[in-house]
Amino acid sequence: MTARPALSGPALAQLRVGPGRFGWLWHALPWGLAIGTYFFAGAYLTLGTAALEMILFTLSIDLCLGYAGIVTFGQAAFFGVGAYAAGLLSIHLTPDPLLGLLFGTGIAAIVGLVTGMLILHTEGVTLMMLTLAIASMLSAFALQASSLTGGDDGLQGIHISPLFGVFPFDLWGNTAYLYALGVLFLWFAAAWRIVRSPFGRSLDGIRQSPRRMRAIGTPVWWRLVAIYTLSAAMAGTAGVLKAQTNQFVGLDSLDLLVSGTALVMLILGGTRRLYGAFVGAAFYVVVQDIAAEFDPFRWMFVIGGLLVIIVMFLEGGLMGLADWARDGAARLWTRPAPK
Amino acid sequence: MAYLTILLDGTAYGMILFIISVGLTVTMGLMRVVNLAHGAFAMIGGYIAATLMQRDVPFFIAAILAALLVGIIGAVAELTLYRPLYRRGDLAQALMTFGLTFVVIAALTSLFGSNVKPIAVPAFLAGLTNLGFTDYPTYRLFLIAIGAAMAIALWLIIDRTLYGARLRAAVDNPRMARAVGMDVNWLFTGTFAAGCALAGLGGVLGADMLPIEPFYALRYLVIFLVVVAVGGIGNFKGSFVAAMAIGIVDTVGKFLIPGTSAYIVYVLVIVLLLWRPHGLLPAKSAA
Amino acid sequence: MTAPAPALSVRGLSKSFGALQVAQAIDLDLQPGARLGLIGPNGAGKTSFVNLLTGMIRADAGAITLNGQEIIALKPERRVRLGLVRTHQINTLLNETSLRDNVAIAVAERENYAWRLMRFTPQWRRCLAEAEAQLAAFGIHDLADRRVAELPYGQQRLLEIAIALVLKPRVLLLDEPAAGVPAAEAHAIHDVLERLPAEIAILMIEHDMDLVFRFAREIAVLVQGRVLIAGTPAEIAAHPEVRAVYLGRGTA
Repeated sequence: MTARPALSGPALAQLRVGPGRFGWLWHALPWGLAIGTYFFAGAYLTLGTAALEMILFTLSIDLCLGYAGIVTFGQAAFFGVGAYAAGLLSIHLTPDPLLGLLFGTGIAAIVGLVTGMLILHTEGVTLMMLTLAIASMLSAFALQASSLTGGDDGLQGIHISPLFGVFPFDLWGNTAYLYALGVLFLWFAAAWRIVRSPFGRSLDGIRQSPRRMRAIGTPVWWRLVAIYTLSAAMAGTAGVLKAQTNQFVGLDSLDLLVSGTALVMLILGGTRRLYGAFVGAAFYVVVQDIAAEFDPFRWMFVIGGLLVIIVMFLEGGLMGLADWARDGAARLWTRPAPK
Repeated sequence: MAYLTILLDGTAYGMILFIISVGLTVTMGLMRVVNLAHGAFAMIGGYIAATLMQRDVPFFIAAILAALLVGIIGAVAELTLYRPLYRRGDLAQALMTFGLTFVVIAALTSLFGSNVKPIAVPAFLAGLTNLGFTDYPTYRLFLIAIGAAMAIALWLIIDRTLYGARLRAAVDNPRMARAVGMDVNWLFTGTFAAGCALAGLGGVLGADMLPIEPFYALRYLVIFLVVVAVGGIGNFKGSFVAAMAIGIVDTVGKFLIPGTSAYIVYVLVIVLLLWRPHGLLPAKSAA
Repeated sequence: MTAPAPALSVRGLSKSFGALQVAQAIDLDLQPGARLGLIGPNGAGKTSFVNLLTGMIRADAGAITLNGQEIIALKPERRVRLGLVRTHQINTLLNETSLRDNVAIAVAERENYAWRLMRFTPQWRRCLAEAEAQLAAFGIHDLADRRVAELPYGQQRLLEIAIALVLKPRVLLLDEPAAGVPAAEAHAIHDVLERLPAEIAILMIEHDMDLVFRFAREIAVLVQGRVLIAGTPAEIAAHPEVRAVYLGRGTA
């Protein structure tokens, strides 16, 4: 979202991959934590799974918003579509989790493709409102079509058969956690690759100046539709995970609140930093859980307040703080090279 | 006969939408700021009025006081929170105001609880009026009347006064307005405060149809934004037309096709915005 | 012997915004290798004309032929790929991105790599190499890593032209290339303009008369959306109507 003073040379640094020499550490840390959580979380493992789902969802918005500059407040639409699709498949056709995964992701992708093609030739506030309108429309539809979706009561009776036929989804959530972790890893790897590809760079260009990109012959609309669809698929997968691990889908999946919460998580962590989604989502989920014990609404206050403060003073989010700390440490540790 | 009743309901609803949304369209057109907290201001107005009325302040006094207080809150917010973000662009403003909405919702919940806060309609407006073909709630007739009166009053202000002229000029071309020596800063603050005050007033008056509860700010946000988008950002007349259209279509739709009611509005809005991205009556002709 | 086909041919191009006619049945031909200066008073419609050519504005009527192909119905991106490239009056660059990447992205787009999802394939390295070569040709290679936002305006302007050239245009539309550039940096732009490849057909909008008369082999004067007159620089300089237009007398 912001220009950063280039401390190191190559413009690649603007992507903040992480310290070059210690690149592997940069990657190992979050994944190590994720794996460690499996062993040490105990009763909190289901919370960890929720965090993983939110991380995936937040990642999807980062691709759309952070990299391509598509301001979307309606990402929850795809989350909900994926959730309901997977839930319905398991009830009516097959309880196999992987088929549900493919189905939910696919349906969400199709919805993303169709709506994206419709709305992505607009921009700015109009686009934002269209994303809101679509999400509201789907939400209202889900409420109305209660025979299909269970309406206010939600979609119940979802039963998921064991993963690979061997690992059951039980109350302790062991399978669920590792399942979610695996799916997250696959999508994360895809996102990582995309962001650093020429395609990803052209998206970044579109975010900065659609006019410039048109002037060099970029078919802007197509690129935006592509990333929007991909992002929708990702959000859909997150929804599938939630449906399958909770074995329930509620109306709140489509809610504006979910979109908004994900945005909060994204801004908290920092946009255009894929690991920012990790930081933001994990932070949020933990805060919400702790605060909910005291006062169900206090977490909203904290998160809202944080959002305001971060937008006004901390443009890079929490990762931005980490950057700042690291820049400071680097300055202390290195001496300017003699010319 | 039932159709006329529905039409009246839709008109009353449209009037409330107009009163609340007109402030939003003017500030979005004037300051180009995306304000997702507008619903929160309307909600705050409702809560203030409800609290005052619990202390036996009469309805109308409470409504006006609430509007004034919300206006002051709006002015303070503009100076402290919104102003630094003017140069930061749509996304930053959208996010900040979204966070602000969260904060307001949480604060009001802890103060008032999560139940609906009813606002009692004054006795002389309660009950039904005989319109010949049916008995119709007096309060809704009052809403229609006050809505029309406000629309005319606001139009006169915008069209006939010096303030209105300055406002229109600044909406059209802020840089030029500054260059000509207009004190754009005070214009912004004042207009923002007025917009919030109107929203607060609308929140109080409309409590009958849009119940006051903590999630009001998010629940109706989309509708307010839709009114603005359909009417054309910054377009005063457009916001009136759009508010009436959406109010009536939504109400009539709910009546005619109960199954599809809630989302038919959105479908129409989507179609409309795709056909005319700048709203039904764009504020500016092509430059 | 028939004359060679024009690189760009415009017939009857018209556009109005309500009562304001920005283009009134404009006819124009640009031969390959042409150096045409487009001048006219403010508000004459020069930039609008370029916008009509590139497709940013949709014309009301008329035909635009690029290398024999009718392009008036094509989207701007398509026209670029067919060889119609422009620079902008106000810098339109990727401000957060380095100079090298600005150019490399353009190369990638030209070579159709930009949709690729594979990271750092050999093609991308080629794009980077070509970008560096282009920056070197423009004398700004040492700034390759710097972000555009950090550069002085004049060098940004150079970059704008560098990117346009890297797209291998057949027709190049320069919208006030020296506009806003302080005198100290302007000579770099002038040098670049003189060294533009001879086979490209170039149309340049400019207000700087010295630059126009040095650069152009032909000049067209646009007034209120109409081509008032076209001819060699000497003819235009001597023409009484042109002087009237610029000095405010005569043609309303």
